[in-house]
Amino acid sequence: MTKVRITLFVTCLNDTLFPGAGRAVVELLERLGHEVDFPLEQTCCGQLHGNTGAQEDAVALMRRFVRVFSDADVIVTPSGSCAGMVRDSYPQLARQTGDAALQDAVAEIAARTYELSELLVDVLQVTDVGAVFPHRVTYHPTCHSARVLHVGDRPLRLLRAVRGIDLVELPEARECCGFGGTFAVKNAETSTAILTDKIHNVLSTRAEVVVAADSSCLMHIGGGLARQRAGVRTVHLAEVLAAR
Amino acid sequence: MTGGFPVRARQELGDAQLRRNLGKATTAIREKRAHAIAELPDWEQLRDAGAAIKAHALATLPEQLERLEAAVTAAGGTVHWARDAAEANAHVLRIARDHDVAEVVKVKSIATDEIGLNEALAAGGIDVLETDLAELIVQLAGDTPSHILVPAIHKNREEIRTLFEGTIATDSLSSDPAELVAAARSFLRERFLRARMGVSGANFGVAETGTIAVVESEGNGRMCTTLPEVLVTVMGIEKVLPRVQDLEVMLQLLPRSSTAERMNPYTSLWTGVQPGDGPREFHLVLLDGGRTDTLADEIGRQALRCIRCSACLNACPVYSRTGGHAYESVYPGPIGAILTPQLQGLDRAPTLPWASTLCGACFEVCPVKIDIPSVLVHLRARVTREVESGRTPEALAIAAIGQAFRSRRRYELAQRLARIGRGPLAMRIAKAPPGPLRAWSRSRDLPTVPEQSFRDWWRSR
Repeated sequence: MTKVRITLFVTCLNDTLFPGAGRAVVELLERLGHEVDFPLEQTCCGQLHGNTGAQEDAVALMRRFVRVFSDADVIVTPSGSCAGMVRDSYPQLARQTGDAALQDAVAEIAARTYELSELLVDVLQVTDVGAVFPHRVTYHPTCHSARVLHVGDRPLRLLRAVRGIDLVELPEARECCGFGGTFAVKNAETSTAILTDKIHNVLSTRAEVVVAADSSCLMHIGGGLARQRAGVRTVHLAEVLAAR
Repeated sequence: MTGGFPVRARQELGDAQLRRNLGKATTAIREKRAHAIAELPDWEQLRDAGAAIKAHALATLPEQLERLEAAVTAAGGTVHWARDAAEANAHVLRIARDHDVAEVVKVKSIATDEIGLNEALAAGGIDVLETDLAELIVQLAGDTPSHILVPAIHKNREEIRTLFEGTIATDSLSSDPAELVAAARSFLRERFLRARMGVSGANFGVAETGTIAVVESEGNGRMCTTLPEVLVTVMGIEKVLPRVQDLEVMLQLLPRSSTAERMNPYTSLWTGVQPGDGPREFHLVLLDGGRTDTLADEIGRQALRCIRCSACLNACPVYSRTGGHAYESVYPGPIGAILTPQLQGLDRAPTLPWASTLCGACFEVCPVKIDIPSVLVHLRARVTREVESGRTPEALAIAAIGQAFRSRRRYELAQRLARIGRGPLAMRIAKAPPGPLRAWSRSRDLPTVPEQSFRDWWRSR
């Protein structure tokens, strides 16, 4: 495989709260022989704002994203929902601005933006990334990866190739964890009710690690597990794939 | 307006029996639906066709409604136009009075629930009887429906047994479904035979021929539409289909999505009046009730494609925990969250667009491909703009984060401030974290802000 120049969109959440996921993407891609670039001007894709009704902010952050990543050949992000924002919501948002140039730029950048498992399987064409992770793991396929990006079984194919992993199926895996951004605080009780069922399913697998490709969902599931002192930790897919 | 969805949902979530009834019922319907649609190799094409038919009907709505009116009139029916609930109710009440009717039997209909027809007729001294089994249960209990298709989904057999024993049953009952149904049957049969006026909704109204379609499982609807002398149908204007042939698609999509059946047991189609067969008079009340306003919203209008199958309710992680009453509307669940604020006005239901995690399960199952998550996001923006004017504490916090994200310098400063629990990005385990974080930390631990951000690591390597 020839060397690919990959531009990392780490996301504001990973940058600020979960830097390990970003470091893992860099280590993994460099280990696979590719070059990683990180434009320091990047901040947030605007998903928080778009989904909270702050459309003006969302549009401003979309314009900023398009500007910062205009030179990138291939953009990767370790977040299903942020990739979904760029690929699915940006075109709708751009259409509403009536700015034709922005719509073109967005369409073009959306086509070059990949969630991590898509980049590995589809672009870099690798499923065995040489990872070693000797733990009992269950995988939660986060809603936006599954229903907006349609990543399908790509993450599972990557996980199955990991040495030493004991991968167990999560019952009712495609059910939401109840996070939903500000939903988790605006409708905290309903969010908690949904989370409780997710945690029940996680615990039923007797896994020691819950893996997902989105730190926001992991923050939610992990926050619930930690509160219950359940003894199960959450780890980003990138960190499992980077582990040796 | 009360506290809206969050407050009602909190109450409903505390009802353990409701949670159990709902969880069981929604899971069962969801699994059956998955089997029913897996049988059709062309399901996705059917969804595309369904979406296209409804989109076309809505794009040409004035023309379709005029065709419908002409066809119904030509077939011997009478068409009445109603701008709102009050006008629609007045039409039905007047028709009942014209015929000196004291009692009306009803087919299950959400449009008539939407306009509060039962209450309006009762206020006019007319007795209204719901004949759909679940609607009857809800009516006898003095309750309101909690599901579009299964209005009594929140009740289990045992609760229904107790209810029937206290109301319609002549003997004591067991909770055997056959016995419960038999009790309702003998009660209803007598009413069907003596009723002189029936009221129905419409699943579809065909502009080409003036034919009205009602689909149901029990046959009680057909009793109401065939036995009485006078039949009144209240139909939302968005239910019009241009051609008879469109039913071919819709009658495949609807039963599989709603009851997970290949075909529903009863599909009643009638066109005006026929001498010697069925009612001698037919009235069609065409209801706007906020639909024209909804149609004016380019993104929101797709909600009018809805064929009331309720697949989105069963698939929804929120609905399947809170149940329908939390939505405080005859349209609960994801479709209700986009339909109610548009039909009633955003200021009447400003919390509903937020009653969703945006997981997309609703869009995935919708037979007419309503992109519910996108409409929810759009309505959130409208509520923020038109109702709240961006002045709530939350909107201000979001705006502050937005400002931080617009510049690298402010963003990096906010990251450093967050480490000491300050600034717009602050997130720190504290005994009483501020604002929205308090709601988070009641049931979930907060992550700690790491000493080194990703970008600091990147710069340091």
